[in-house]
Amino acid sequence: MNTNASVQPYYAAHGNEVALYEAAYSARLPVMLKGPTGCGKSRFVEYMAWKLGKPLVTVACNEDMTASDLLGRYLLEANGTRWLDGPLTTAARIGAICYLDEIVEARQDTTVVIHPLTDHRRQLPLDKCGELIHAHPDFQLVISYNPGYQSVLKDLKQSTKQRFVAFDFDYPAPDLEARIVSNESGLPIGRAAQLVQIGVAARRLKGHGLDEGISTRLLVYAATLMQRGVAAQDACRMALVRPITDDADIRATLDNAITAVFA
Amino acid sequence: MLSERRAQLDCAFTEIDAVFADCMVEAQALLSAPALDAYIESARFLGKMGRGVEPLLIFLQSWPQTASFAGEATLPAVMNTVRAINQSPNGRAIAPLLQSLPAVARRLPAPESLQHYLDLALELLVQTSGSIHGIHKTYASPCLIAFFEHAPQVLQSLSIDGMRTWARYGVRHYHHHPEQQRQYFSLQSSDSLAVLQRERHGTLLVDQLRKLELYLLALWQDQALLVSYSTTTATSAMQPYYDAMGMRLPDVYGDTAIVSGPDRYRAALAHMAAHRRWSSAVYADNYSPAQRLAIECFEDARVDALSLRIYPGLRPIFLALNPAPAVDACNPLTHSCLRHRLAMLAHALLCAIPGPWPLQQADYADPVMREHVRRWTVAMESSDSSSSDMAELAIAYLAKTRCQSDQQATTWFADSQWDYRDDNRHLWKFHELSDDEESFETPKQTVDTQQLQSLPPRHYSEWDYLSQSYRPDWVSLFEGLHPAAQGSHIDLVLEKHRALAKRLKRMLDLLKPHERVRLRYQEEGNELDLDVAIRAFTDLQAKSQPDGRICESQSSNGRSIAVTLLLDLSESLNDKVPGSSQSILELSQEAVALLAWTVDQLGDPLAIAGFHSNSRHDVRYLHIKGFGERWGDAVKSRMAAMQAGFSTRMGAAMRHAAHTLASQKTDVKLLLVLTDGSPSDVDVSDEALLVQDARQAVKELATQGITTYCINLDAKADAYVRDIFGKQYTVVDRIATLPEKLPKLFMRLTK
Repeated sequence: MNTNASVQPYYAAHGNEVALYEAAYSARLPVMLKGPTGCGKSRFVEYMAWKLGKPLVTVACNEDMTASDLLGRYLLEANGTRWLDGPLTTAARIGAICYLDEIVEARQDTTVVIHPLTDHRRQLPLDKCGELIHAHPDFQLVISYNPGYQSVLKDLKQSTKQRFVAFDFDYPAPDLEARIVSNESGLPIGRAAQLVQIGVAARRLKGHGLDEGISTRLLVYAATLMQRGVAAQDACRMALVRPITDDADIRATLDNAITAVFA
Repeated sequence: MLSERRAQLDCAFTEIDAVFADCMVEAQALLSAPALDAYIESARFLGKMGRGVEPLLIFLQSWPQTASFAGEATLPAVMNTVRAINQSPNGRAIAPLLQSLPAVARRLPAPESLQHYLDLALELLVQTSGSIHGIHKTYASPCLIAFFEHAPQVLQSLSIDGMRTWARYGVRHYHHHPEQQRQYFSLQSSDSLAVLQRERHGTLLVDQLRKLELYLLALWQDQALLVSYSTTTATSAMQPYYDAMGMRLPDVYGDTAIVSGPDRYRAALAHMAAHRRWSSAVYADNYSPAQRLAIECFEDARVDALSLRIYPGLRPIFLALNPAPAVDACNPLTHSCLRHRLAMLAHALLCAIPGPWPLQQADYADPVMREHVRRWTVAMESSDSSSSDMAELAIAYLAKTRCQSDQQATTWFADSQWDYRDDNRHLWKFHELSDDEESFETPKQTVDTQQLQSLPPRHYSEWDYLSQSYRPDWVSLFEGLHPAAQGSHIDLVLEKHRALAKRLKRMLDLLKPHERVRLRYQEEGNELDLDVAIRAFTDLQAKSQPDGRICESQSSNGRSIAVTLLLDLSESLNDKVPGSSQSILELSQEAVALLAWTVDQLGDPLAIAGFHSNSRHDVRYLHIKGFGERWGDAVKSRMAAMQAGFSTRMGAAMRHAAHTLASQKTDVKLLLVLTDGSPSDVDVSDEALLVQDARQAVKELATQGITTYCINLDAKADAYVRDIFGKQYTVVDRIATLPEKLPKLFMRLTK
């Protein structure tokens, strides 16, 4: 996915991460974003790309992804084969910010292809077509991962980890989160604060049968539904509870939190 | 009139004379004229029955009350039951029956319910009275008297249907054991209490435990141990409370008209959690009991108000559990009205809590109360209201409203206790502890001298196919390590089967997982598959349709399977195999050793355990190899020591095997059961019972993602093995071939 946002993406800073990112970018240091799902990592990258005026190439990583999905592959054509650049190669050529989302989902032998790009060499060897690409001066690599829910087996190699500077993301503080939810959905701030209260309650259950708390993204979904006239309790059940758990006890608890909050 | 009735009674017991007049006064007040005639007539029969004065006396005293609850029309049914008992060897049960009637009728006011009760009594009578041979019952029922004596208590907790289930359970399971039958029906055995608990109406805490813990954690960020206290055995009405050990809640909450049982639990938890968050202890030494009561009233309202600020949805529940007492309910001439006054105040305070709902005024006109409610609301508006503020307010309120009648000996309790509020023991701290005598006693240190020898028993339920229900915690299973012997014996066995091992090894090499497999003919893949690509290119040049699947990729092909081998070590394994000098046990040993070696070669996690049983109280589960253990000397020495004895209670052993197997993190979980006969045990006479239980265990295991497979050495197994394991079984007719068959079977199953 190659985007060059013309409209400013909405992003409310938690702290000084914007300034820190700008400093990292000015030195072209590779950046790692850690944090639970739906807390604003991807939005942050979009926002920074817009702010720095750079194109953004996003790759959603998955288990079946191979090195050729990043680098590129040969395609068959009428006159023979043709090389097609993969997203990482493209970004390195044009000087984009390449964002590898959920990098741990990719297998470890895939992730090593980014190594030469992320140290002082800033090169990408394409051994299949015998080419050595020197990365564009504007190119920067950003990866995100969620250290929590994956199994112990899925972790980054130390050699990969130690090529990045890292930002730790978490769900925003309740006031800020209410503001974000309200801004994203147009819901009045008071109602948004109630939604955040449910979110906070659910996040306390993490590790007690819930793999991951209710994300800000889901809160925005719920708020959007409410803004479209869905009753608060229905919206919360549909957007906050049903997606995250199949455990009847947890569902009942969260349903109860909803009733307790929306009298 | 009185003497006329006495003459109708026509009996010479002098004990009657003392009470007859009083009984008649009550009877005339409660019974109609024809019923009174029937009453005397029945009493006459009881007097002439030849069972002494007791039945007559009890009947005279208890019937009028019973009739006032259950209706006069039930008398014939009662008398029929009495006649039936009289004609059986259970004559002594008549008095307890009559004695139980008023309490039972109070619980079951509908005439048909009383009829059900009497029918149940007759059913028990028929089923539990013993006879030697033939038709006539000769021995009295061991349980009937206990049943009548405890019927009122049982009906406190159960409906008549629940009582019937409870009673039938006792009859079925203790039919041949009079002493245990008596214990069951007098609520002394743990089985009896367990069934009673299961049949209770209302919401049981155990069923809600996890939900409530999650509720506490999610909404209150509080992690306390939730402990239940019994409401059946508690002598007085207990309120929830909390201390350092955890939060105590009643074991059952019934639904009220508005609030469901789970909601009552949640309300109680919310209230206690609010106390834990916002209350701080106050010195109690200088307050009188009345003052403390008032302080608790204001403080309870304060924490409720604070919780409603966060969770306004609790309000309807709090309001419903906090009824408004009528102003004139308590009479100050006869009762101390303090509690009643505070109950009204508590309701008024709860109504006065501001929030996103229309402000409601409790309709109490008392100006002092209104003034204090107003002061309380003002105090609540400030952000840092505290428990000591509440104490001041309460003292002021009590000083204004104190009256002489508060000194009355009898206190008005109705409507002044709310079951969601705890007893506030945490609210008080003391400058000086009581100088009562007992507080000087140093608590005795009880030292547990007996060291724990083994793991505590695990209890498993057993399926009873007759009632289609589980017998709760029926089987006690003890697990331990299998004793060890010379491990070299197993090495000898493996040496003996060296030729077989070589053949197995060849099969294993074929089966061994190949880490990477090449997948050809892919639309998309890592690499261009040059052969296919060139063919496609040629096709293209020849203007024919090329095959687009020109890529190849690699995929890993790992085995992910965990196996538990469960060995039946019952007595029958000591039998010699026909046509061989070896016993089944020895052959099994060889087969298992080969299998363990095979699986070790494959690298799959394998556990081996044996089991045997000697009644439901003593099922032994012996670990021979654990998942984490390598195939080494320790395992071999345990395997060498395999002994056979006792019976085969298969269901419990399978449930326990599943307990460890289910926690393995593999894709496939396989439980292999190696047995030589059908499940049986010394304390079970019904053959089908344990077969059905094992079948149920297989079903349970399937829901946990465990595949069960049976290897049966009994040539006559077809009669039952299909019932238990469905299609998942193999019968090995020629046991001598087992060492060869078992590893092969395993490989076939896991291919």
